[in-house]
Amino acid sequence: MMKSNSAASLDVQHVRQVFGSTLAVDDVSLAVTPGETVCLLGHSGCGKTTLLRVVAGLERPTSGKVILDGREVAGPGAFVPPEQRGVGLMFQDYALFPHLTILDNVMFGLARMPGAKARAIAEASLTRVGLAKYANDYPHMLSGGEQQRVALARALAPQPGILLMDEPFSNLDQRMRERIREETMGLLREKDATALVVTHDPVEAMMIADRIVLMRGGRIVQTGTPEELYERPVSLFAARFFCDLNEIEGQARDGRVETPLGAFDAPVDAPHGRCVVCVRPTSLHIVPPAEADAVGVVIRRRFLGDSDLITARVDGLVAPLMLKALPGVASTLSETIGVRVTHGHALVFALGGDSLASS
Amino acid sequence: MAGRFGLHSVMFGKGGDRRWLAASALVAVLVVAPVVSLALIAAQGSGDLWPHIFAFVLPQALRETAILLLGVGVMVVTLGTALAWLMTAYEFPGRRVFDWALLLPLATPTYIVAFAYLDLLHPIGPIQTGLRALFGIEDVRGLWFPDVRSMGGCILLLGFVLYPYVYLSTRAMFLMQAGSLLEASRTLGASRSRMFFRVALPLARPAIAVGASLALMEALNDIGASEFLGVRTLSVSIYSTWINRSNLPGAAQIALAMLVIVVSLILLERWARRRQRYVSMAQRARRAAPMPLTGWRAGVTIAFLSLPIVIGFVLPALHLGAEAWKRIAFAGVSPEIWQEILNTVLISAVATFVALLLGFLVASTARLSQARTAGVLLRASSLGYAVPGTVLAIGLMTPIFALDNMLADGLEKFLGISVGLLISGSGAVLVYAYVVRFLAISAGGVESGLSKLSPSLDGAARALGETAGGAMRRVHLPLLRPALGAAALLVFVDCMKELPATLLLRPLNFETLATHLYGEAARGTYEDGSVAATCIILVGLIPVIMLARLGRRRQFAYGGASETQEAIAREIILGDGAPAPGRSAV
Repeated sequence: MMKSNSAASLDVQHVRQVFGSTLAVDDVSLAVTPGETVCLLGHSGCGKTTLLRVVAGLERPTSGKVILDGREVAGPGAFVPPEQRGVGLMFQDYALFPHLTILDNVMFGLARMPGAKARAIAEASLTRVGLAKYANDYPHMLSGGEQQRVALARALAPQPGILLMDEPFSNLDQRMRERIREETMGLLREKDATALVVTHDPVEAMMIADRIVLMRGGRIVQTGTPEELYERPVSLFAARFFCDLNEIEGQARDGRVETPLGAFDAPVDAPHGRCVVCVRPTSLHIVPPAEADAVGVVIRRRFLGDSDLITARVDGLVAPLMLKALPGVASTLSETIGVRVTHGHALVFALGGDSLASS
Repeated sequence: MAGRFGLHSVMFGKGGDRRWLAASALVAVLVVAPVVSLALIAAQGSGDLWPHIFAFVLPQALRETAILLLGVGVMVVTLGTALAWLMTAYEFPGRRVFDWALLLPLATPTYIVAFAYLDLLHPIGPIQTGLRALFGIEDVRGLWFPDVRSMGGCILLLGFVLYPYVYLSTRAMFLMQAGSLLEASRTLGASRSRMFFRVALPLARPAIAVGASLALMEALNDIGASEFLGVRTLSVSIYSTWINRSNLPGAAQIALAMLVIVVSLILLERWARRRQRYVSMAQRARRAAPMPLTGWRAGVTIAFLSLPIVIGFVLPALHLGAEAWKRIAFAGVSPEIWQEILNTVLISAVATFVALLLGFLVASTARLSQARTAGVLLRASSLGYAVPGTVLAIGLMTPIFALDNMLADGLEKFLGISVGLLISGSGAVLVYAYVVRFLAISAGGVESGLSKLSPSLDGAARALGETAGGAMRRVHLPLLRPALGAAALLVFVDCMKELPATLLLRPLNFETLATHLYGEAARGTYEDGSVAATCIILVGLIPVIMLARLGRRRQFAYGGASETQEAIAREIILGDGAPAPGRSAV
């Protein structure tokens, strides 16, 4: 049965999924409120796609529960097959049925309706994604972007309570990807739909998600808004995932870490021991050497258009520092520059642990 | 990403998984049953006859079979590889014609080619008569001519109709070898012949082995040609032990010996496929530019290429066609032939339908089921392809007759009606045998068709509210239509041509075209035989035409999701693509 057209909530409780000897999803709990867009983010093999398939009903979880709009659809006592869950699902390869026209593809999920009504809904759905004129074409006659939109129209046509998307934009080329992403998310907002989106691209996740669930090795590393994950990553892994970092190792003593770039607060729960201080290239500024935290020599400069990526060697640091500056601020190689860390923008993690302090 | 999943998905509803698995298991049991029963019969011992079989029949049959296989093996490998290389490395006038013409001998079953040459090469047949006229020899015995009824004759004839297996697989491999590899060897200063022996041939070894093992299984399965030509192979010995001595355990014991050879051929094929991977890893196939041949070189090449086509197809087909024409002009088409055509088509059609249904069942279960056993069941269901017809028939006899008698007794006792032998009398046992033997073709066809469908199609259908069965009906079945069509055609043609199992299992007075031909050849009469043979050759041409068309155009329907029937037919015949060793005796 297709569910009502109102947005559904999703509650995943302690889900584990084991394939043979592989633990694909390890005790994951997650709640999505109606109308929310949540991204499952992680490297390939982190379990994000498996989790999505568990929610869709394509995998039966080894243990744990999935509750969709208040109804237990997977758990110790119950298993609702995918066709009875009222979920919309979009695949990375779109999975359009090659033997059916675009219209028939979109009508596929409307089989229980009278033909005329199904046709009207499918046509409306195609019109909304701007593909009404291709209704009688076959999938292979369409471009990748058009196929993606057909898949979206097909998934949305039965008015699912939740839309599940597996890397929905990764098969599109760069320029098209941004446009289609905007359109897709616009449509979802317009329909106030609940969406769970799998992606490996942190930029994409930050652009579309209300909340991001960062996963690694089958577990959730951190959940939060894009700002929370970017500004306050709970671990070195989470910090590295969103940005290239300058990583400087140091020894914490009495809650302070001394580095060639100055002293930083050590993590509260690890006032002593080995630490790594992470500074994003955008958190470093070029200042006159006299006002600097450290002094370095420019060894490379790459022009990126709206900024320069500068690599500088700083005494006492093993690896050169990377920093972003306005074009032309440091223009010559071998120039000596002063570097200052924007206050409060360094992330400090205890090595071997995953605690955080920012200073 | 999606590829990582697929086989582990929840694709069945509650309990459905178990039902499908149980059905698959039943099919596998039915396929394996004849082999098991064979072992049981053999274990009974053949009593007084065993010393005789062991001392006289078995050693000779083993020796003759070994010599035959060795000879045919050497011949198909040399001929098939040489032809494949000539066709890939050189360009010459008429190459496009040879492209399909070299496949023609696939349309002549071994027993038909032997039947035709017995007549053609008879001392008063057209060839010897012509030669005598040419040399002005009056005496019929004045011309020395090698007797085709010999081991040598049998090897030559089988070689000339079975080489296409090696030719097809090897040519595909030569074409697949990235042109850059061959071109690289040329820039390194290798001559054409060095290129062949140092690069192309070693790379093609797996394909040659696969083709050869298929050809040898055909040779092993053959009963007509060897018997007509006086070679007492295992197949022939099984048949005569049963027919002439009515000794089932004895026949079963010989059949077991034959299974040992079959197993070693399968192992050869498996071993060859294991090494196939590194070759297919080569990037996009781009054929190396062929070298143009002109003048006498082109002439010699064309003559060499024509030889197997003329011997393996043109000569026998023309002769049989002409004889059939004469026969029909003289006596019309006899009612027996019409009846036999009807019998053949009917029983083949029923067997094809059943084989397709069961093939779809086991292949779909293997795709959709979570259980790993489903894959094992699919393999087990495909085993029948390797069991020679005579062996299969011997294995089926005892259980079927026992069942038949049980049924007859039971019905008579409880219902008071006498039905006779239901299963063996109705030809149901023949359908059973055909299905066991050719299930690999239909299962392999469905499997290779399914393997081209992205698993996310299943998921998409389910998420859109379709049940497992509904997804099968609305998505899989329409997409599989070309695969099912190709498989149906191949199974049907193979059933029509099947001889050894049909001979042993057919109901009394039930003749197919193949058994009619066998009967005439065995009696030495030449009446309607040529008509029957011509019918079989004509039907056998259909899949060959399909294969030949594939050579010329490679077209993909639905933007790559589903290939044409021809491509699937090729995959089924050579068993590439799908891991199942499906194959057919086109």
